[in-house]
Amino acid sequence: MSKRYTKDHEWVRMEGDVAIVGISAYAAEQLGDVVYVELPGVNKEIARGADMAVVESAKAASDVYAPIAGSVVEVNEALNEMPQLVNEQAEKDGWFVKLRPTNNTDVLNLMSEAEYAEYVKGLG
Amino acid sequence: MTYETTSGNRGLLQAEPLIFEHGSIARTGVDLAAPKGASRLGALARKAPLPLPGLSEPEAVRHYVRLSQRNYAIDLGLFPLGSCTMKHNPRLNERAARMEGFSDLHPLQPISTTQGALALMHELSHWLLELTGLEAVALSPKAGAHGEFCGMLAIRAALAARGEINKRLRVLVPESAHGTNPATAVACGFIVDEVPATEQGRVDLVAFKAKLGDDVAAIMLTNPNTCGLFEPDVKEIADLIHAAGGYFYCDGANYNALVGRVRPGDLGVDAMHINLHKTFSTPHGGGGPGAGPVVFSKALAPFAPAPKIVTRDGAFELVERAGEGAVGRMCAFHGQMGMYVRALTYMLSHGSDGLRQVAEDAVLNANYLLARLKPHFNAPFGGGEGEHAPCMHEALLDDTRFKAQGVETIDFAKSLLDEGYHPMTTYFPLVVHGAMLIEPTETESKAELDRFADVMIALAKRALGNDSARMKTAPHLAPMRRLDETRAARQPKLRWKPTEAASIAAE
Amino acid sequence: MRYLPLSDGDRAEMLSAIGVESIDDLYADVPKSARREGLVNLPKAQGELAVERHMRALAERNTPAGRTAFFIGAGAYRHHVPASVDHLIQRSEFLTTYTPYQPEIAQGTLQALYEFQTQVVMLTGMEVANASMYDGSTACAEAALMAARVTKRKRIVFSGGIHPHYLETARTHCTPMGLDLVAAAPAIDGETAVCDLVDDDTAAVIVSSPNIFGTVSDLSAIAEKAHARGALLISVFTEAVAFGLIEPPGAYGADIVVGEGQSIGNALSFGGPYVGLFATREKFMRQMPGRLAGETVDADGKRGFVLTLSTREQHIRRDKATSNICTNSGLCSLAFTIHMTLLGAVGLKRLAELNHEAACALADALSSVKGVEILTPRFFSEFAVKLPKRAGDVVEALAARGVLGGVAFERLAPGAGMENVLLVCATETNTEEDVARYAQALREVLG
Repeated sequence: MSKRYTKDHEWVRMEGDVAIVGISAYAAEQLGDVVYVELPGVNKEIARGADMAVVESAKAASDVYAPIAGSVVEVNEALNEMPQLVNEQAEKDGWFVKLRPTNNTDVLNLMSEAEYAEYVKGLG
Repeated sequence: MTYETTSGNRGLLQAEPLIFEHGSIARTGVDLAAPKGASRLGALARKAPLPLPGLSEPEAVRHYVRLSQRNYAIDLGLFPLGSCTMKHNPRLNERAARMEGFSDLHPLQPISTTQGALALMHELSHWLLELTGLEAVALSPKAGAHGEFCGMLAIRAALAARGEINKRLRVLVPESAHGTNPATAVACGFIVDEVPATEQGRVDLVAFKAKLGDDVAAIMLTNPNTCGLFEPDVKEIADLIHAAGGYFYCDGANYNALVGRVRPGDLGVDAMHINLHKTFSTPHGGGGPGAGPVVFSKALAPFAPAPKIVTRDGAFELVERAGEGAVGRMCAFHGQMGMYVRALTYMLSHGSDGLRQVAEDAVLNANYLLARLKPHFNAPFGGGEGEHAPCMHEALLDDTRFKAQGVETIDFAKSLLDEGYHPMTTYFPLVVHGAMLIEPTETESKAELDRFADVMIALAKRALGNDSARMKTAPHLAPMRRLDETRAARQPKLRWKPTEAASIAAE
Repeated sequence: MRYLPLSDGDRAEMLSAIGVESIDDLYADVPKSARREGLVNLPKAQGELAVERHMRALAERNTPAGRTAFFIGAGAYRHHVPASVDHLIQRSEFLTTYTPYQPEIAQGTLQALYEFQTQVVMLTGMEVANASMYDGSTACAEAALMAARVTKRKRIVFSGGIHPHYLETARTHCTPMGLDLVAAAPAIDGETAVCDLVDDDTAAVIVSSPNIFGTVSDLSAIAEKAHARGALLISVFTEAVAFGLIEPPGAYGADIVVGEGQSIGNALSFGGPYVGLFATREKFMRQMPGRLAGETVDADGKRGFVLTLSTREQHIRRDKATSNICTNSGLCSLAFTIHMTLLGAVGLKRLAELNHEAACALADALSSVKGVEILTPRFFSEFAVKLPKRAGDVVEALAARGVLGGVAFERLAPGAGMENVLLVCATETNTEEDVARYAQALREVLG
């Protein structure tokens, strides 16, 4: 399945019954050099739109919201040592969290890749 | 061209390692007599020896003098850091603070032996209340943010006394506010609700009115605001918040523009902290110590924390406990006495007439810089071409004119380092993209301002010309080149550690 | 006015360059009714001589500690500070600079802070330290808040040996955040007893060694019990010199160590400005409040220092900051680090031994006075004594004899039922004559 996006620049990709979540390449570029990612605990239940993680660059810190509701099955431990993965491979190895969705159809309400590209263009 | 040197020194600038790299745990710079008796601590005595290195006095003096030479300072030149009020620090204030009667005084000595200290605190309070037109003062907060916290706690206490603390939790904060305001409101248990700014950089009155309600505790307003502008609707804002049952907290960070000329009490303020290290010239010391006394209106006066000074039969008494319902103790003892001494010395030197002149000259200097720089920079609130929309004590510019060249505010800041200046405040307020906030203060001469304006104009021309690449890699002439802040944050090294080889050798 | 460089001629010229008639035009946004023409109840400008005379007259109405036989501690300590410390902190480049936001022209401040942080780590036996807090009491409050963030719990337990001002300060700072503070009643030797108050909702146990009564304790059992319940151990101190001689809290397994750094490098100054020390474990680094200096390199690869991890701070995190603190206590931390560098391990140990020795001599002298009982079982440089009458009255009577003999515990904690308890302290500044004078005066007062 292809990726889906939120207006807050998170992406979701379903892999079997698990949703992989990260921030978009556009967001990573806007943030600048990422220096730290604060990830949630495994098994944590997160509501849609609730705080899921915090991503810090040298000058800013931003909350990352859960694009869909779910429970955390895995976090990307590699980010602890190499936060630069978020800059280098935002939509691949720079993923944040794997969620088990509360509702499997939630993800379909998000923007498609093409819609997101259009949305970003509109942000100037 | 850069020449490498054998010593690592560069002319007057001496290379200086860390104390851990050239000190020794066997060396000391003090001579103390050997103890005669044995310790009675038994098993509680330290087991491992301390790894702290020491230096002899001449080595220590050189170490810190060499370090000092890598710092910029007000005593070296203009320090136009907006919202920080980097004015001259009179040395008389330092002399006074070091008088034995103030410096060698314990906070818990019997009150009968500290009458002069209490008299001084009383006199300082009188000045602060007269200058601000308010009713009560809490001297003890340790810095501006701490004063802010104290002021908001008083509002919380007043709401609690009214039985409304669980109902009124929303605090209105303009989006242009300094980050401490929302941080403070949250630290006091409130919820922050942002009020947008108008295109003129002022509080959006319509939006503000729409947010009023019986769940609003207060508005936190900086005035003059962070764009360097006086809020013309301030009295209406005060009346409206009062009518809605809330309080008016004023962030006094920019009080230097008003001191001796405008009294916050006349504007309807209920609480305001005063940064003694800004308006009243106590030294910034590389990041503190500051002092942030808070003044209160009649409505909040009963909730001010202890300590308070009262007089009885011609003697001063120290009230060390506030009454029921008031804000609790802000810190151990009685606050920043050393800063009280300096601030009062400054006030007495200026007098009410001199303080008024301080505000006027601070405002005049900022407007003069604004007028000189406006033809070369975008001034978002400086008025159209050929007109002058006045600012208060700081001038706000931005980098929009240099977009095409890719030169940004940070490049101006770092280029100023090469020109021998500390930069202005950059990228704040957040409501202006690429902001440059310039606060010259009243202690700069016209010649100094002209020199600085000439430099800024030359940099603006350079940014537009074909030599702008040099700005992107600045500084070139400062003691260090641009430092890698990303690396520092990704792999934090917050203390010196012995290298493995050295620690083996030590064993 | 000597501090204002503009002349009337300059002012006129500048107004005309701006294009306005008068200064009033620049205050156009200020409502007319709020513009003051003068403030009648305040004096006018004065020259240096007159102001200095005024300040000296105020100073002379105080009795400086050094003019008495002086034995007060309880959170602030009188030590000899080498002359070079004050000389160095008065250098323009340290005194009149700002927080080091432009690291290329602030390496002096930044390197000194980095050295300061390392010294605090070494002194406390911890792993990381910040660039200072306002003072010991606010550092203690911040430690409680940090423990609540780390553990996501709200209950904070204080031992009966915490300085009462520190406890009150913590209440002021923690209660609005919804923390639940539980404090044991004041107790001379009550650190270990605090374990009974720890439960599974406890975020932190806060103990003090030496405590307000001077009692030095082994904290290892407390650390063990706190950790078994998932709580952090916070250890507070008010006299940093003690760690020249006693085992530091880090060695006992403390998670956060906070305290007052005044006693190294800083004058008594009637209670402030002082400097809060704050140290913790590496794993909690990002939850720590306050500024941090860190090592990095510049564009040429040369080692340098910057303020780092600043995204935790209020100017970026706004309503989600770890603390609302902006300013810390820069110049006081500089005084601390310079004095510490002069001392080194050898000097600090020697200084600590002299303080301990002076206190032992004082305890021996006072215990020879009829009716006086030493309450503190194990002390470093201060201890509590029980008097046959109200300690506050004795303090006043001693002061009349030129002896500042301590602090009545009742002044710090009225209503605690310890009216006859006096807190006394000795340092290297006390001579044998001072001690003899104190014992003699106390004999007279207790008659």
